[in-house]
Amino acid sequence: MHSAHAEMPLARKLYIFVYKRTQWRLALTGAAGRQNVSISSDRADGMSSKYDVLVIGGGNAALCAAISARRGGASVLVLEGAPKFYRGGNTRHTRNMRCAHDAATDILTGPYTEDEFWEDLLRVTGGKTDEVLARHMIRESKDILNWIVEQGVRWQPSLGGTLSLGRTNSFFLGGGRAMLNALYLTAERLGVDVEYDAEVTDLVIEDGMFLSASLKRPINGETDIRATSLVAAAGGFEANIEWLKQYWGEAADNFLIRGTPYNRGSILKMLLDKGVQEVGDPTQCHAVAIDARAPKFDGGIITRHDSVVFGIVVNKHSQRFYDEGEDIWPKRYAIWGRLVAAQPDQIAYIIFDSTVVTSFMPTLFPPIAGQTVAELAGKLELDPAALDKTVTEFNAAVRPGTFDHTILDDCRTEGIAPPKTHWARRIETPPYLAYPVRPGITFTYLGTRVTREARMLMADGKPSANMFAAGEIMAGNVLGKGYAAGMGMTIGSVFGRIAGREAARHAKN
Amino acid sequence: MHGTRILDEADRLMTVCNSCRYCEGLCAVFPAMEMRRAFSDGDLNYLANLCHGCGACYVDCQFSPPHEFNVNVPQTLAIARAESYAAYAWPQVLSGAFARNGLVISIVAALSMAAFIFGFAALNDRSVLFGVHAGPGAFYKLMPHNAMAALFSAAFLYAIFALVMSVRAFWRDIGPPIGGRADGGSIFQAMRDAGELRYLHGGGVGCYNEDDKPTDRRKLYHHLTFYGFLLCFAATSVATLYHYLLGREAPYPWWDLPVVLGTLGGIGLIIGPIGLFAAKMRRDPALLDESRCGMDVGFIAMLFLTGFTGMLLLLLRETAAMGPLLALHLGAVFALIVTMPYGKFVHGIYRFAALVRYAQERRSEAGS
Repeated sequence: MHSAHAEMPLARKLYIFVYKRTQWRLALTGAAGRQNVSISSDRADGMSSKYDVLVIGGGNAALCAAISARRGGASVLVLEGAPKFYRGGNTRHTRNMRCAHDAATDILTGPYTEDEFWEDLLRVTGGKTDEVLARHMIRESKDILNWIVEQGVRWQPSLGGTLSLGRTNSFFLGGGRAMLNALYLTAERLGVDVEYDAEVTDLVIEDGMFLSASLKRPINGETDIRATSLVAAAGGFEANIEWLKQYWGEAADNFLIRGTPYNRGSILKMLLDKGVQEVGDPTQCHAVAIDARAPKFDGGIITRHDSVVFGIVVNKHSQRFYDEGEDIWPKRYAIWGRLVAAQPDQIAYIIFDSTVVTSFMPTLFPPIAGQTVAELAGKLELDPAALDKTVTEFNAAVRPGTFDHTILDDCRTEGIAPPKTHWARRIETPPYLAYPVRPGITFTYLGTRVTREARMLMADGKPSANMFAAGEIMAGNVLGKGYAAGMGMTIGSVFGRIAGREAARHAKN
Repeated sequence: MHGTRILDEADRLMTVCNSCRYCEGLCAVFPAMEMRRAFSDGDLNYLANLCHGCGACYVDCQFSPPHEFNVNVPQTLAIARAESYAAYAWPQVLSGAFARNGLVISIVAALSMAAFIFGFAALNDRSVLFGVHAGPGAFYKLMPHNAMAALFSAAFLYAIFALVMSVRAFWRDIGPPIGGRADGGSIFQAMRDAGELRYLHGGGVGCYNEDDKPTDRRKLYHHLTFYGFLLCFAATSVATLYHYLLGREAPYPWWDLPVVLGTLGGIGLIIGPIGLFAAKMRRDPALLDESRCGMDVGFIAMLFLTGFTGMLLLLLRETAAMGPLLALHLGAVFALIVTMPYGKFVHGIYRFAALVRYAQERRSEAGS
């Protein structure tokens, strides 16, 4: 018995090693799922192109739904509106997922309980969430940590520069596109049909029942796809500037869209127009401050700026407008997009000096530099006297303290408004540096209301017979406002898996 | 601004990648990149030689073409790598050999084999050249052992010296390791990483070649080639010891150590290069430095020729074909040795040096 105890760790290591390798191979060959999958003959006999489950969308939520439905025995077609390279919507740009877990794992540094997850969600949303749905999601997220690995996705510890997420968030090895590639490989090997450039132009829905989808480009000579169940996982409408303008006015012209240009909300609009119940505040979105020099669409993670706490932020009139030292990253990260959106011309400038250049991640775009504050202002096309005055007043207000960017330190200002309550240090060592920033819209919260089964609710309150939703298109059920890193992917995987399972169950009954 | 267009592009990409870092779990290149905020020519050549070309970062990148950021790390580093071989070549006057490497290798190989054939024919009687020889010392009836040993030792020593001079220039250019110190542990770590091709692994799933489905095929064929080469080298070394220490002359019977090692190595040097060549032909052009296919193919062909002529010689050594086959085999081996410092062979040397540097940096990072 004693020797058995001594051998346990090694045996367990070996087991974990073999288990992981086996799971990956199984996921690849589809052997794990084949046992209970009956391949539909609908297509093979050429008589009909009716699928059990039609998935519209091609990101994390869509693929989790497709795989889950296929493993549930259904024939599945995925319609991705984008070309193959751009498949997967905003999943391409993601890098981690927030899942509850009761103990540390080999990539997570400690436990993150369901209750702690719920408290975090409650705080970031200010209570604007559906508790039943949210708690259900959090519970299901625990199993997703393993399930997603069985679908071929690989985890790694938190990336360099993201240590604060090491306990709560699991990172995808190779990033979001690597995750997508793994899901697509698994889906295809399981026998899921995938079509790219497959834009849906209309949905036929009668009495809350999905009948068929119309295609812009025929597939195998057909422009109408019939299916027993529908999973809508086609993202939000953040790339539809005209739609954003309904809520934001002309300011939306100055927004940059961090992700895919294909999230134009067309499926969401069709569903809402055809009687599906709406959820979420249409003006709410996840927006961060990103470099103003970034492309209009698809600049992704690398356009972000993480340097706000190391300097001050001014608007086009060289005036500060918010406490730059309010809270620690990543909590502060998600507020600056909306703050900048509220400034004139939706532009702002992070101003700092040469002493802090190495305190944050290297940036894609280099900082704009000037030997004096006035010279810097000239390059930014700001009023030199005004910027000089703002910096001088800020410097005069800085109190002595011990700088520590990892805690809410005691470096603060006195006598200016707004104050900088932490990490305030004088900006006085040339060259003076600046990043211009604009609101970078990540995703929107307006969506379709769903039940715990990811089933859409109709405007009259009745559940749809055969329509399910997952991912960004229903994120507003959980996220009334605010954001915490990795939640979008949690919503996508958890509700994608549920939607696929329920859609297959409906189709098989 | 750097010395060359490709280093400018590599610098641009490393700046993009350093602000993203999604790929840091895939291989050694990205963690090494993260230790830096700016990149000198030497840094970029170090990263280029650290890259094994597994292709995973291209397949996984959200910014790879057609995205406007146009991030193609494997191809850019492949070109930078090839250019670094020329930049560090010793003597510099021969660096031009890398420009049209396939042609250079072909000419050297042809000349070398022709020289041995004509040399054998000129110095030997027809009856000796096409005679059937058996038993110890059979090969040396065609070429005296001392002549053979002197010629190949000279070629080998030259190749070693040129390689040492080249890698010394590389080592100096890449600068001291970040926070680092050199020690035996780093060399041992690099030997393990090189020996198992740890970074030709796509972060665990295998490398990418013709499509977006990872496999371990290139790794397998590279192992066959590399260990085949080492076995052949071991066979020659053992035979040399036999000759000088035990006074036993080649050829040896099929069950004797030099022949067993040589046979196993020869099989590796036939299958491995064929597999690598097939993979190269199928490789996605997006990942390739197409202008330097000649260099890759030239080296693969030389290894194949060495293995193939060696195996033929073993099979037919007791027939009249032995003389001409010995000339061909010696010609192939001679050409392989003298072109080593000026062909794809150097990739292994520079990559090993880069892996040593990386091991130093990782160890000093962990120790600090």
